[in-house]
Amino acid sequence: MLRRGLLKAKEAALTGAVRSGVSVPFTKLMLAACLVLMPVAAMAEEKAAPAAAAEPAAAAPAAAAVATEAAAAAAPAAAEAAPAAPAAEAPKTVDPVLNTGDTAWMLTSAALVLFMIPGLALFYGGMVRQKNVLSTFMHSFVAMGIVGVQWAVIGYSLAFGSDMGGGLIGDFSKAMLNGLITFKDGAPVYTLFQNVTTEPGSIPEYVFAMYQCMFAMITVALISGAVAERIKFSAYCVFVLLWTTLVYDPLAHWVWMVDGWLFKMGALDFAGGTVVHLSSGISALVVLFFLGKRHGFPTERMAPHSLPLTLTGVGLLWFGWFGFNAGSAIVGVNTSDAAGGLAGLALATTTIAPAAAGLTWMVAEWIHSGKPSALGFGSGVVAGLVVITPAAGFVQPGAAILMGIVGGLVCYGGVLLKAKLKYDDSLDAFGVHGIGGTTGALLTGVFATVGATGLLSGNFKQFMTQLIAVGAAAAYAVVVTLIISFVIDKTIGLRVEKEDEIMGLDQTQHSESAYN
Amino acid sequence: MKLIEAIIKPFKLDEVKDALNEIGIEGITVTEVKGFGRQKGHTELYRGAEYVVDFIPKVKLEIAVADELVAKAVAAIEETAKTGRIGDGKIFILPLEEAVRIRTGEKGDEAI
Repeated sequence: MLRRGLLKAKEAALTGAVRSGVSVPFTKLMLAACLVLMPVAAMAEEKAAPAAAAEPAAAAPAAAAVATEAAAAAAPAAAEAAPAAPAAEAPKTVDPVLNTGDTAWMLTSAALVLFMIPGLALFYGGMVRQKNVLSTFMHSFVAMGIVGVQWAVIGYSLAFGSDMGGGLIGDFSKAMLNGLITFKDGAPVYTLFQNVTTEPGSIPEYVFAMYQCMFAMITVALISGAVAERIKFSAYCVFVLLWTTLVYDPLAHWVWMVDGWLFKMGALDFAGGTVVHLSSGISALVVLFFLGKRHGFPTERMAPHSLPLTLTGVGLLWFGWFGFNAGSAIVGVNTSDAAGGLAGLALATTTIAPAAAGLTWMVAEWIHSGKPSALGFGSGVVAGLVVITPAAGFVQPGAAILMGIVGGLVCYGGVLLKAKLKYDDSLDAFGVHGIGGTTGALLTGVFATVGATGLLSGNFKQFMTQLIAVGAAAAYAVVVTLIISFVIDKTIGLRVEKEDEIMGLDQTQHSESAYN
Repeated sequence: MKLIEAIIKPFKLDEVKDALNEIGIEGITVTEVKGFGRQKGHTELYRGAEYVVDFIPKVKLEIAVADELVAKAVAAIEETAKTGRIGDGKIFILPLEEAVRIRTGEKGDEAI
């Protein structure tokens, strides 16, 4: 609260300076502050001058603007030094100021989200048969490789570059992460990412870009759960590249970029219910249409080869998900705090909903089929995490419990549906992520009370917006994934030979075996 | 000489071994085996996918004994391996023609 108050004070002071048309440029104020406060005043002066001139970086998302770290450090001092001014009625745009606390949390969050990918590899790897465990691990790990490069080269720009038109996709202005660092007289100047233009708090855009990179990596890796045990590795690699570029990047632009059309419409997606889970889940189903069932499904025994691996994976996913959800406060509505109360709320809901969902799935299975299974509890936890993702910072703990319960039940039903319909989504990428993501995105429109209102607060329009967002994201993902899968199937071929499938992908695709 | 083959529930192995030790049996061979009898198999359920496991894990003991010990050994196994529930196992008794202790070359009862 104290920190929040401080920011407000800074804002007021800064706005006051702007409003009263103080002709002394902001630059001078900062310079003065630097001189007073910093022992290395000479150096700071050199850096602060260009920084405070602060031309918004070309094609910045939200309101990223250029500033040096020295200037950033000096700014609060400048704010304090400025004469107190009456609080502005309408908040004015302010220059970004580096917030090191937020930056530290976002650096941590990015690492946490990356850690979810080995978690996913364990989660999926334990559920396949022994002969396919390495290939399943590789599906997750190679996504880190391919998307890690893709994101730097083009992905970040397509998702978070300035709009190419219609809020559909970003341009190429940030290809190769161009513009995130510039040099002034040989000294590096780091572009800052400022979420709310009326508040100064910001983090280096490098941190924001890499945080988003981790999301892109894990999203495509989620799809591998549906295609496990039979997809050709080369085809999978091409799929990862094409899907991330043609499906994920545009969707991220639609929903999370201020220019995106769904963002402008007011669609709520705190940490990726539509962009990440719905899109990957529904795309998984589409790939299956071309890929077909595993040989021997559903008569042959295809039991998970190591549930301890799977449950370890669930633990790592939950752990990493705190970065995924609580880190997403960086783009929270009307907040400049990445590490403030909103992050705390998201952390709370990310604890509560999966707990409720794990219990719900376990009890449902206990009643329905006689035994509370370990895989059931673990699956329930993941379902709860998926369901709370779009809502994490919009709902309160009571709603989180309800969402967890609904998520657990719906996903349990979704997974049973697979057994009934006999389609072979090997590890339930659709049953958990597709169905869970959709449920979460819609329920966000029902339960939202923080920074937005939902159906229960009488906002019917929000629920309709959520429906449109879900429908549009699903339709787009389906159409483009259909095309990608068709093309890959006709050129490279999606599937390995029957003989190779029976031998196992570890042997035939990688010439290795997991357990020797 | 006889060869006793006993197929028992795995968790009973220690008790059976101790009982056999007590009556003076100096060596047994143990193998982990799978199979089915009247107990049949069981089903496993993974996210709604049901698999029937036909073969249940059991332990097979092989014990070579002198003729006068056979009755006592069989009684010891029967007594300790019994739970009264289905799946307790079976005991088979086979004639044994010869036994040789490799280290010394002793034969017959001497060798077991």
